[in-house]
Amino acid sequence: MKTLVYIDHFKGAVQPSSWEALGVAKKFGSAVAVVFGENANDVAKSAFEHGADEVFVADDSSLKDYLPETYASTLSALASTLNPNLILFPTTARTRELAAMCAVDLNTNVMTDLTGLEANGDSFVATRPIYEAKLFEKVNCVGKPVMATLRGRAFPKPNQETGKSGTITKVDAKGEAKSTVEGYSASESAVNLGDASIIVSGGRGVSNNPSLTPPAGLDEKQAEIWRAQQGFALVTDLAKVLGGAVGASRAAVDAGYIPYSHQVGQTGKVVAPDLYIANGISGAIQHLVGMRNAKVIVAINKDADAPIFKAARYGVVGDLFEIVPALTEAFKKKLGK
Amino acid sequence: MKIIACIKQVPDSEAKVKADGGQISWGDAPLVINPFDEYAVEGALQQKEATNGTVTAICIGPETAKEALKHALAMGADEAILISDPALNNMDTLGAAKVLASAIQKIGADMIIFGRQTLDNGAGVTPAQTARLTGYPMLGLAGNIKVNERSVIVERVLEEGKQILKANLPAVISVVQSIGEPRYPSFMGIRKASKAEIPVWSLSDLGISAPSEMIKRDELMTPPARETVVEMITGESPAEIAEKLADKIIAEKVL
Ligand SMILES: Cc1cc2nc3c(=O)[nH]c(=O)nc-3n(C[C@H](O)[C@H](O)[C@H](O)COP(=O)(O)OP(=O)(O)OC[C@H]3O[C@@H](n4cnc5c(N)ncnc54)[C@H](O)[C@@H]3O)c2cc1C
Ligand SMILES: Nc1ncnc2c1ncn2[C@@H]1O[C@H](COP(=O)(O)O)[C@@H](O)[C@H]1O
Repeated sequence: MKTLVYIDHFKGAVQPSSWEALGVAKKFGSAVAVVFGENANDVAKSAFEHGADEVFVADDSSLKDYLPETYASTLSALASTLNPNLILFPTTARTRELAAMCAVDLNTNVMTDLTGLEANGDSFVATRPIYEAKLFEKVNCVGKPVMATLRGRAFPKPNQETGKSGTITKVDAKGEAKSTVEGYSASESAVNLGDASIIVSGGRGVSNNPSLTPPAGLDEKQAEIWRAQQGFALVTDLAKVLGGAVGASRAAVDAGYIPYSHQVGQTGKVVAPDLYIANGISGAIQHLVGMRNAKVIVAINKDADAPIFKAARYGVVGDLFEIVPALTEAFKKKLGK
Repeated sequence: MKIIACIKQVPDSEAKVKADGGQISWGDAPLVINPFDEYAVEGALQQKEATNGTVTAICIGPETAKEALKHALAMGADEAILISDPALNNMDTLGAAKVLASAIQKIGADMIIFGRQTLDNGAGVTPAQTARLTGYPMLGLAGNIKVNERSVIVERVLEEGKQILKANLPAVISVVQSIGEPRYPSFMGIRKASKAEIPVWSLSDLGISAPSEMIKRDELMTPPARETVVEMITGESPAEIAEKLADKIIAEKVL
């Protein structure tokens, strides 16, 4: 059984769940990694170390930036030649488009965001959440090849074998770009909530510290954002000590405290880290659907009746401006940092 | 500028969705416009205003889905079309994309705006599949749209930050929440929507046959209930509380 695994990366930084997909492919037989774009050779090297039997690389200048049309044409052409049983992707913003388009080209369809995948003779049975994970469904794809995107952290990460290598085969880029990249905005740093094993989040509560005096000359809204930034600095410190990512509620995003890419919940990211610490977040259903599958949930909130405590394993009723820095200090001491 | 907004109707997010004898049930919870598609309608209306254009909302679904289309009309869409056919009952995303692509070609449009994903199926692939089928450029996850003559520039919200993409019209665009809060239906809008006659197209009106279903459901499962009992951590001072909480978290072996 042959599986193609698309390794998703941004300028050479691989989405770690790509390696999880390689691990799943190995379970079924041979794993052929596919790498497109800039720095493809370095990415290919890591693909071997994570279990790839073979790597196909296309690093034509037309693939320098990810664009769905050219990437899809290149992948579809490769799949038509190699004839795999299965094509796997990590679930990311890019792969949802790429897999979608390849499925059209290959006259099959893609099962997205899987939490389980088993072989069943020639076919596969996939498990995926639906209705915001209120239900799960088992599905199969009658088209060939079977295509699937895997939810980050739902499958084990293969061990890395340093130094392992193999043959790299070059492939040509195909297709025509239908858009041009005019640039990237550098104002935001990468926020990889989907792959984070620890997330420390802040909500509207991060701006609520009346004892902080903002610099003179700010209007009311600017003063609120200034206060929120002090609150998020505490949240970020805690995240740093734990090696985690920073998340946010929608209220915090809407109020302009932090960019949208940090948002957890129904219209943000759905996450399932090992540890989720919610600070000053009330626990509205739209937030809960985004994080309630975390292994351990900790809630820090002033209001003892906040619904977030119903989803939490540990709770503290208190002011986050007092508890969060104390918690950072406690971890620094206990973790020897 | 002719703009199409693609919307779906789904059970409300607060609904208690259950598997009931192999069927999905949501009790008496209301059916609403897919929340992500409210942003699609909002994005479409912003472009209507910027270009003095028109917005047509389209939806594939049963007769009840007219309510979702009425919501789009009440927000300010100019017309709405329901595509309904019993042959589409088990349609997958590629099926939906094939039907939408032929409806888009029949209506004709400069910009086709989608939501990011559906709340029920949650695939997030229908926009790109529709783009591939129509041959129009795909501009996904836009937080901002600007049209200039026959081209469009979007700011795409990715995990790594924002990417600015430019393409010629017509184009397929999916939008995210940063596009702006969906406007509330106005009183006049609600009145207009309540009187609107929404045309219903069948597959034969589109001149296509039923797309074959590639993805089949074998089983529905209810996730195991999580029995979380919260343990409240108390103490004399923040330092004492933090000390206790840190020990508890370390003992969970999640660090
Ligand atoms: C269609 C739709 C989609 C949505 N999608 C999302 C989504 O993706 N993600 C999301 O998060 N929300 C989403 N929402 C919004 C959601 O309903 C809530 O409004 C939002 O989650 C509230 O954010 P919050 O908890 O930060 O703010 P609030 O509800 O205002 O809660 C703030 C909390 O902070 C506490 N607090 C205040 N000061 C302090 C302090 N000093 N120390 C400790 N605690 C303090 C308060 O007690 C309160 O519980 C969506 C809503 C809709 C309608
Ligand atoms: N039945 C439908 N009718 C109209 N638009 C749809 C339908 N299903 C999906 N869409 C559009 O495609 C987007 C993504 O859907 P999905 O791929 O199912 O997550 C939605 O946000 C809608 O904009």
